[in-house]
Amino acid sequence: MVRQMLGFVYRDWHLTRRYWSWVAVFTIYALVSSATVTLIGVAAKDVRLTLTLTVGVLLWSFLSVLFNEIAMSIAFERWEGTLEYTFMAPVSRLVHMFGVSLYALSYAVFRALFVLAGLFVFLDLSFRGANLWGMLVVLAASSFAFVGLGLIAATLPVMSPERGAEATNIFQSVLLLVSGIYYPVSVLPRWLQPLAAVSPATYALSASRKLMGIDTYSGQAPLRGAAFSDVLPEIGILLLMGVVLVPLGFFVFGRCEAWAKRTGKLKRTG
Amino acid sequence: MSSYAIQVHNVSKVFRKRTGWLGSKTIRRWALRNVNFHVEDGEAYGLLGPNGSGKSSLIRVLSTLLTPDEGWAEIMGMRLPDQERDVRRVIGRVSVDAAYYKKLSARENLMFTARVYGLDPAVAERQSRAILEQLGFDPKRFGDPLEDMSRGMQQKIAITRALLVDPPLLLLDEPTTGLDPKSKRDVMIFIEDLRRRKNTTILLTTHDMNEAERLCERLGMLAHGKLVAEGTADELKRVAALRDGFPSISTLEDAFLALAGEKLVDSDAAPAGEVA
Ligand SMILES: Nc1ncnc2c1ncn2[C@@H]1O[C@H](COP(=O)(O)OP(=O)(O)OP(=O)(O)O)[C@@H](O)[C@H]1O
Ligand SMILES: [Mg+2]
Repeated sequence: MVRQMLGFVYRDWHLTRRYWSWVAVFTIYALVSSATVTLIGVAAKDVRLTLTLTVGVLLWSFLSVLFNEIAMSIAFERWEGTLEYTFMAPVSRLVHMFGVSLYALSYAVFRALFVLAGLFVFLDLSFRGANLWGMLVVLAASSFAFVGLGLIAATLPVMSPERGAEATNIFQSVLLLVSGIYYPVSVLPRWLQPLAAVSPATYALSASRKLMGIDTYSGQAPLRGAAFSDVLPEIGILLLMGVVLVPLGFFVFGRCEAWAKRTGKLKRTG
Repeated sequence: MSSYAIQVHNVSKVFRKRTGWLGSKTIRRWALRNVNFHVEDGEAYGLLGPNGSGKSSLIRVLSTLLTPDEGWAEIMGMRLPDQERDVRRVIGRVSVDAAYYKKLSARENLMFTARVYGLDPAVAERQSRAILEQLGFDPKRFGDPLEDMSRGMQQKIAITRALLVDPPLLLLDEPTTGLDPKSKRDVMIFIEDLRRRKNTTILLTTHDMNEAERLCERLGMLAHGKLVAEGTADELKRVAALRDGFPSISTLEDAFLALAGEKLVDSDAAPAGEVA
């Protein structure tokens, strides 16, 4: 079972390797767009804003890559025509999608680290005093919920190849909007607030800001990052969302697979 | 319990497509209609039929990729779809369509399959090289991306992928389409050898009548989703000659045209059960 799961990691690693020029383009694009966002804070001579934006771009870089890799994995296979063969293999969907998620997770970590390293070239940043270990726990806790969301989104291209990819992108931009990646969710219009409350990214962001000490930033270094115990409520909510969304993701996936087999949608053409 | 490798009972499949104003109309296209047949353990059975007659759909049903609307299928005594996970362990499938990660090398494609089937990668690599050699594949191209390979080379990789997992049942959907005569023969020899050595059961679809006659003990003729005739090649020829009043029918191709041709299909008669 571990070997089967690692089989998907093996495949996805080689795909990344063989599509390296695309990977390079997307990674550099992510870095440059992250830098342009954080430089807004520099231009405003506002360290607190700069830190807020930095945490935002890093977290979003991580979560969006994780979500996207999982959400696009099925669309890619359908495009290549390999989906039938993957679905025919004697491997449970659980092992299959956990393998895909495992690779997506490593890839997302790598991407976020690259963006972080790149930002230091553009910005004069210091994270001294921030609770970075706590940040890692937040990232890990929010991963589950995003894996679940990715699984649900992965089924969309099975139902409609073109529309599915569109829907995935819309979903992702709504997440970006309502989760307060670059601003507190309190500035959102009232009617969007409920959406902010159900987005896992909202809690990942708010916990990260506390741990970085952005909320309590007084104007001079070092930062005073919150203790881990201060973000336990957010961690709890993130884990709870994971507990709901991961099984829900697999359930939706299973239903979609059964539907696709009834209607003949696994085939590339038709 | 049966000793059948494949048993198909009353399987029907219809594809629906919505058209018209906001999808108000549905077109129903029959892919399979009340198909009944079985394949014995170790037998080689050929499915013939014109384009769109339902051969690939039938193979998809047996590969757990398509759920029939009616009827059931059993693979080695295991019922579909309830036991699909067990069925997946015993089947290998080769299809006409190029289904690979085209940027990945032959080796990477095959090793992915090996891992997903839980095989030891080192053993699997040795085995796939051996199979490819028998199929006449140039070993120097093993590390090349699939997209750089010719159609025939890709097809050999697809055949190797199915054989790598050493399945007791092979579902071959036009395995030699696109191969040159030499490669075609290599594949046929390999299949015959496989049957001798491992008693592998084979379900084959093909448009090549010589291949069907050479490889298969029994043949089934599909037309518009119905199994219209079944038997050995000689029996099919005889039946076709009798039915159409053409005593001149001497080749399988003639029999194919007579049995699967439009004339017979238009009459909505029930499938012409077993011949013999
Ligand atoms: N996934 C699908 N969705 C909708 N219709 C389908 C699908 N697969 C097959 N069909 C239809 O079902 C019928 C049978 O198709 P099938 O592919 O089984 O034929 P075939 O005998 O394999 O033909 P060929 O010799 O061209 O390979 C055709 O009318 C085809 O259009
Ligand atoms: Mg076909």
